[in-house]
Amino acid sequence: MARGKNRGGQEVNAGSMADIAFLLLIFFLVTTTIASDKGILLILPPKPDPNQPPPDINKNAKNIFKILANSKDKLLVEDEPFGGLEDVPKLRKAVKEFVLNFGNPDEETLPVYNSLPSSLKAQSKKSPDSSDNPKEAVVSFKADRGTSYELFIAVIDELQAAYNEIYGERVGNELLQYFPDSDQDDLADIFRNLDKSDPKLDELYDEARAGIPRNISIAEPD
Amino acid sequence: MSKFKKSSNTSQDIPTSALPDIIFMLLFFFMVTTVLRETEILVEQQIPKATQLQKLQKKSLVTNMYIGKPKDTKRYGTEPLIQVNDVFMEVSNVVLWVTQEKDKLSEVERDQITINMKVDSEAKMGIVSDVQQELKEANARKVLYSTIKRVE
Repeated sequence: MARGKNRGGQEVNAGSMADIAFLLLIFFLVTTTIASDKGILLILPPKPDPNQPPPDINKNAKNIFKILANSKDKLLVEDEPFGGLEDVPKLRKAVKEFVLNFGNPDEETLPVYNSLPSSLKAQSKKSPDSSDNPKEAVVSFKADRGTSYELFIAVIDELQAAYNEIYGERVGNELLQYFPDSDQDDLADIFRNLDKSDPKLDELYDEARAGIPRNISIAEPD
Repeated sequence: MSKFKKSSNTSQDIPTSALPDIIFMLLFFFMVTTVLRETEILVEQQIPKATQLQKLQKKSLVTNMYIGKPKDTKRYGTEPLIQVNDVFMEVSNVVLWVTQEKDKLSEVERDQITINMKVDSEAKMGIVSDVQQELKEANARKVLYSTIKRVE
């Protein structure tokens, strides 16, 4: 009561209100997790018809790239021990070489080989002990019931990556025309995220996959 | 030049008194649009990481399934279990559940139902594979293995 001097400013200072609101806003922005439905999309094979016997598979062993995983999370690749989870990234190169081997291309797949860019041709070893052509080549992965899901996903991821890299590199020049900001290393990523609702990009997608089907076989565990 | 400079005594400040209101509007927008998770997840979810991710086009076709070790190990044990909606489910009930989920969709979309499998990295392939067999049986063949983007 004695202090009668400051009668002037009775208003609350509202200047920092914006700052408080900003703080709250940032809090909500940070804590909001937008539900992300992302992952590896697979289409399961149809249920076998019980009335029909399973089809005989007489594929040449060299056309099958066998990957087995045991319950100790160790891999057996092409009948040789390959290591565990930390060695999975090495699979990508091996799978690419296997698919692009072109050991014995027929009339149908020879044009595919000729249409490949030189960077992919360079990866073709033409070894008689590996796959005849990409159409015949099958990558087979079989896990054990005791294999961890983590390893399973890691292997599937590498297999998908190998194919995506092949596709991306195959139409690399066209992709770089559409996305001039990107460089050579992103091709697989661009290919994977192609917007297929755009007819031109859809055509490009089909062009990349023509003659090189994504033959990944995931066997049921015993 | 000085011809055009007429009255220079107007204030140059932008009025900022409405700024808090604008920010509050943004704040309310985010508060309202934030959807809190509607199901409580009863299993551990340490989602594995991968690089080759794909986004789903149509969210309405997606149904979630969670597999992992129960969080409440005293009550449910340590073996991985399957959770859908709010309850645990036996493998043998997957077909029934998928049929129920399919009934929620319109008739033309029923075969395009996508099962979003959120599986804990420590779960074993046995249970995952059993679920897959049942999904084949139920003719729900589109499966998304939910993963997180690996940052290198």
